[in-house]
Amino acid sequence: MKFHHQITKLILTSILFVLFASISNNILAQDGKSLFMKNCASCHALDKKLTGPALMGVEDRWKGNRKNLHAWIKNTGSYMKTSNDAYAIALYNEYGKSAMNVFDGVLDDKQIDDILDYIKKGPEVKVAANGDAGEKPESDNTLLFGILTLILAVVAFTLMQVNSNLKKLSDDKEGIPAAEPVVFWKNRTYIAFGIILLVIIGGYLTAKGAIGLGRNKGYVPEQPIFYSHKVHAGINQINCQYCHGGVNDSKHANIPSVNVCMNCHMAINEYKGTAKLYNEEGEEVNGTAEIQKLYKYANYTPGKPFDASKATAIPWTKIHNLPDHVYFNHSQHVVAGKQQCQTCHGEITKMDEVKQFADLSMGWCINCHRETKVQFKENGFYSIYQKYHDDLKSGKMDSTKGVTVEKIGGTECQKCHY
Amino acid sequence: MSKHWQSFGELNNTEAYQKSLQNEFKEELPFEADGALMDTQTPRRDFLKYLGFTTAAAALAASCEVPVKKSIPFANRPEDIVPGVANYYATTYVQDGDAVSVVAKVRDGRPIKIEGNDLSPITGGGTSARVQASVLDLYDGARLRFPTIAGNEATFEAIDKELATAIGGNVVILSSTINSPSSLEVIKQFLAKYPNSKHVQYDAISYSGILAANKICYGKQAIPSYKFDNAKAIVSIGADFLGTWISPVEYARAYAKGKKLNAKNPVMSRHIAFETVASLTGSNADERFLHRPSETSAVVLGLLNAINGTAPNLTDKKLNVGIEKAAKALKAANGNALVVCGSNDMNVQIVVNAINEAIGANGKTIDFGTVNNTRQAVDSDFTALLDSKVDTLILLNSNPAYTWAENKKVENWVKGIKTTISFNAKADETSMLCKYQIPLHHYLESWGDAEIATNHFSFLQPTINPLFKTRQWQDSLLKWTGSVVDYLGTLKTFWSAKLGITNSWDKVLQDGVWTPIPTMVSGSPATFSAAGVEAAKTALAAAPVSKNIELQLYQKVAIGAGEGTSNPWLMEMPDPVTRATWDNYLIVSPAMAKDLLKIDLANNGQADAYEVHPKKKVVEITAGGKTVKLPVLIIPGTHPNTVGIAVGYGRHKNVGRAVIDEDKSVGANAFQFATVTNGAVNFTVADVKLSLTSDLYPVGLTQTHNIYNTDQGNRTEVMKELTLAELKHNPNEVLEDREKELAPYGGLEKFRQDGSIYKAYDKPGIKWGMSIDLNACNGCGACVVACSAENNVSVVGKAEVLRFHDMQWLRIDRYYSGEDADNPKVVFQPLMCQHCDNAPCENVCPVAATNHSSEGLNQMTYNRCIGTRYCANNCPYKVRRFNWADYMQADSFANNSSDLNDAVQYMNEDLTRMVLNPDVTVRSRGVIEKCSFCVQRLQEGKLKAKKASRPLETGGESKNWDLKVACQQSCPTEAIVFGNVNDSKSAVSAHREENANRLFYSLEQLHIMPNVSYMAKVRNIEEEEHKAKEA
Repeated sequence: MKFHHQITKLILTSILFVLFASISNNILAQDGKSLFMKNCASCHALDKKLTGPALMGVEDRWKGNRKNLHAWIKNTGSYMKTSNDAYAIALYNEYGKSAMNVFDGVLDDKQIDDILDYIKKGPEVKVAANGDAGEKPESDNTLLFGILTLILAVVAFTLMQVNSNLKKLSDDKEGIPAAEPVVFWKNRTYIAFGIILLVIIGGYLTAKGAIGLGRNKGYVPEQPIFYSHKVHAGINQINCQYCHGGVNDSKHANIPSVNVCMNCHMAINEYKGTAKLYNEEGEEVNGTAEIQKLYKYANYTPGKPFDASKATAIPWTKIHNLPDHVYFNHSQHVVAGKQQCQTCHGEITKMDEVKQFADLSMGWCINCHRETKVQFKENGFYSIYQKYHDDLKSGKMDSTKGVTVEKIGGTECQKCHY
Repeated sequence: MSKHWQSFGELNNTEAYQKSLQNEFKEELPFEADGALMDTQTPRRDFLKYLGFTTAAAALAASCEVPVKKSIPFANRPEDIVPGVANYYATTYVQDGDAVSVVAKVRDGRPIKIEGNDLSPITGGGTSARVQASVLDLYDGARLRFPTIAGNEATFEAIDKELATAIGGNVVILSSTINSPSSLEVIKQFLAKYPNSKHVQYDAISYSGILAANKICYGKQAIPSYKFDNAKAIVSIGADFLGTWISPVEYARAYAKGKKLNAKNPVMSRHIAFETVASLTGSNADERFLHRPSETSAVVLGLLNAINGTAPNLTDKKLNVGIEKAAKALKAANGNALVVCGSNDMNVQIVVNAINEAIGANGKTIDFGTVNNTRQAVDSDFTALLDSKVDTLILLNSNPAYTWAENKKVENWVKGIKTTISFNAKADETSMLCKYQIPLHHYLESWGDAEIATNHFSFLQPTINPLFKTRQWQDSLLKWTGSVVDYLGTLKTFWSAKLGITNSWDKVLQDGVWTPIPTMVSGSPATFSAAGVEAAKTALAAAPVSKNIELQLYQKVAIGAGEGTSNPWLMEMPDPVTRATWDNYLIVSPAMAKDLLKIDLANNGQADAYEVHPKKKVVEITAGGKTVKLPVLIIPGTHPNTVGIAVGYGRHKNVGRAVIDEDKSVGANAFQFATVTNGAVNFTVADVKLSLTSDLYPVGLTQTHNIYNTDQGNRTEVMKELTLAELKHNPNEVLEDREKELAPYGGLEKFRQDGSIYKAYDKPGIKWGMSIDLNACNGCGACVVACSAENNVSVVGKAEVLRFHDMQWLRIDRYYSGEDADNPKVVFQPLMCQHCDNAPCENVCPVAATNHSSEGLNQMTYNRCIGTRYCANNCPYKVRRFNWADYMQADSFANNSSDLNDAVQYMNEDLTRMVLNPDVTVRSRGVIEKCSFCVQRLQEGKLKAKKASRPLETGGESKNWDLKVACQQSCPTEAIVFGNVNDSKSAVSAHREENANRLFYSLEQLHIMPNVSYMAKVRNIEEEEHKAKEA
């Protein structure tokens, strides 16, 4: 028995150890992943050539010499000058003699190592998308209630008929002269009921329609270029902020200017992805032809140099429209509030054409403000809310619910309307 | 506390005043006015028709189809522009010599707001109403859009080609004062190329008297730096240094330093003003004495003699008292004293110099080491020019055909010149006479520099690409000189030579200002030569004192010499002294009103008739053979035998749509009354004839628009004022006064808790608060314009102001007090929404469109407001504004604003609307609006702190400001302090703590718990007066 115990203990400890190791390993790789996404993904993918080469197996190609690789990443130009690496020179020539961005001062050695570790390990296979898989779809009882109402209505109608028939019979019996029988659609009671019902239903529908005026959940306009977020942000995993750079600084996330598109599309002039592209009507879209449309706006002929000053703007159709009297700031939500893009824009990485995910109504905003916690302990700004800190400590305030946006005034009028 | 009053109706407590207190909305509603509409009957069928139509129209307007909006990004985004984030560029406001270092807020490529530059050692972040409004001039539709030759559009190439041969003979560049060293270099090059050429400077408002006097006394033809902050005693004789004299922003800032009090050591400067008509400076003085314009010589001489021990002997006994008081104060200050005088007479200024020498001001409050460069023109240069032969005239930012006394002579002179070239933004009165009109950049589109005072440099950089086909004049001159380098190149070369390696061009451009290190420490005082004094004294003694009615021409704070007339913001800003908008008028004293207008303000019926009706009596003014007709305003603080007219009106329609009202030019050009004596312009006339006409003319006076009062009367709960002697005698006087007011509600101690049936709500985190020092505020109005610019406050036009529909969120109330109704004491109180924690407006809103935030803001939600106006009715301060019409064209219906003034239409042109702040909703018809404490700035400041993960900073110990509200930022005297009251180390908390014994809340006893506190006004009036009162 005792022996058995020991074995269990050993197994438990080793399982714990393995778990811990894999978790900590995962954390490192996660770091590498986010660094990769932030700094490299705009020009490199793991498994295919973009502006730069595919990075899978990069260390093998550099013969495991991380020191050289570091120097190259930090400053390609100076590495080329100081070393005589034949592979580096060939690589440089292969990619049109364009040097990489300088990362000296942007990334330190440890971070570069993290990125290289991540590349070595490769992206982990996703088990479940966003962990929501287990959640049951909300059951819809409307049909059931409808049927029930209908049955009850029929029963009521029958009973009323029976009642009137019985009354008639008893009247006959007692000799009271019967009134001229009236068919039920000419019966005033029925007509009154009908009108009341109509007014209620009509009123409800009108009010609902009026509230919905100007709301466009599910809006998918046709854009001048069939731009697929699925291909860019999903399959190729380009960081959202590479294109929507204003999201950290401005109220607008900003649609990228043509020169940002051309950073990559100077090299990528045809669509070679395996995923087929479909528009909202379900027709297949030719990706290469869409890239040609971009070239037209950019005033670019493949093979010739690109002059950004000759480009013309692309007249995209705006999808997410807020009324003029609403102030919304992207940087507030992304930087201070640490919100994900997907919270409001939905599974953008799976959309070929962007669809308005939320109805962008005030109720929708307010709901989120009621439920979402602010970065109360993490952000130094909130240190001035001494009372809340005390309440959290003393347990007066529910620490699982935490300090929501509402608690700091996030549902007050002049937080969004001024 | 003495009685304070705003109008004579209030002083006398007349029937009309009582009535107006009851009436919240004084404007007559349209159906009452028409009468006919009230008599008509609306049958049921009509009602149903209207109902059906409006429903259908609303449905159509709302339209079930959602419009498709485009979102067009840059094709190639410039590196430093992030759409939605404002950039700030340091530059310099330069207008006719005035120079103030500023920072332009540029949002998505458009300059939308001007802020003061905190780095400037001269103005230190202060601005004026005109600086604030200058951004609107950039988008002025009256600006010339292309160059012309004889009225026909031309290209710059064509003009350059023609002028290559046309410039010749005697060439004259006629400019306003140029204080840009690099531009002077450009002019020098040009003059070198053309042998018979010269540069003449001409200023609309001349300071030649001072320049000439200083040349005689100190050997320097220059205006010294006046150090008002060093002066313990200040005497101003007709110099409106807080409003319009030389460098008002600088002086106001320094003056306020001497006026701010410290509770522990209550010391402040003493200011005595002598003046002819009521001015901003006289209104702020501790004591004011009135004299005739022709008595200036006598006053100045009397003061000199009094300082030397001889008692003054003027016919006006009041003046004798004033002069003795002034002499005593000046002598007591032991050198820390200053006398300034606004006269343009050289002899007067020589005697003023002698006074300043006698009191030891030279070297202490007057610094000739650092001279002011903004006014250098000498009148005699221009008079000589008018009589000389000129073949080519190059006119540069000067407008003598409008501003010179003998304007007809100038017109003929210009017409007689062969080649006339004008550099100007608009085809003004002189430019329109010129053959070649070359439009200039606005200063926000220009490169440049300015040496505002010796070794105090300020720089200009473009904040937007030129909107029109315009060119900087320096570029033109360089082209005509044959230079291959343009002005930017010249500027860079000039400065790279001047700046050391440590001060790179980029750095000074970014800072906007540069003062060489080590700064020129003002050395020993300039040597005074008394040689000219005796001659001057003799001349002054011989000057006759007029026995007739005299005329004083003056400048308005907002209008200046006429630059502000075309700017709707400035025209609609109530003049601090008269509280009138949009118009030009004659100022008379109450005493003269009795004779001239047959209005006795002490007589209730007559006072009401004058004050209630916007239509004022019109008087014909004749002087020197010229006649104009103007409406009359009765302004106390004006000498009984003197009348005043503001210059700057009667402009040609070319300068903008705001100068025209009902197809006529607003007001009359008062410059024509000026005279030229001994080669210098004299802005007074010793003999004018006034005759009352039967005409009436409406003037948009805002003084009586927002009346509020309390049971106690006398406005002591609204405004508190005391003398320095009283404060020293009893430091707690204000506190005791409050205690008395609050006694029925629990007293000062328990008032906050006990005085109300409402519970007190928590303000965790931030609580916003404002504190205003009435000792520092001089009523200049910079905050009023800044507020309008920041918050998209609409311009409503004169017709709407007449109907009490003015929209400014911030008003500066003017109060009179004291026994002498002809020369009362004046105090200004900036009043905006007080953001009461117990706000009466919030309780009465049926739709909760106005409610309170957890940060102490009284929030106004426009999209909820249904326009019942209950809130405005219930507001004790009368600070809520109702959009009676679609002033901003924000409605879905196009024609809701078509019957408004032309000036309002002008504000709604696409070009002008570029000035709107995109972070603030443009309000539509039918909603209430009011001060929001610049909530967009509060949100931006909080976000800045949140992104940096640190607590919010609003001045005080940390000295850092995450945000400043617009009025606070614009204030030249830092009278307004704003910040987080919950932070005990913030500037506003410190301000309240330091001045706790002067602190009061307006109408505190109503228990509405306002979040704006005021510091009681303290006047430095002599001890004796106080003692006399006590006894």
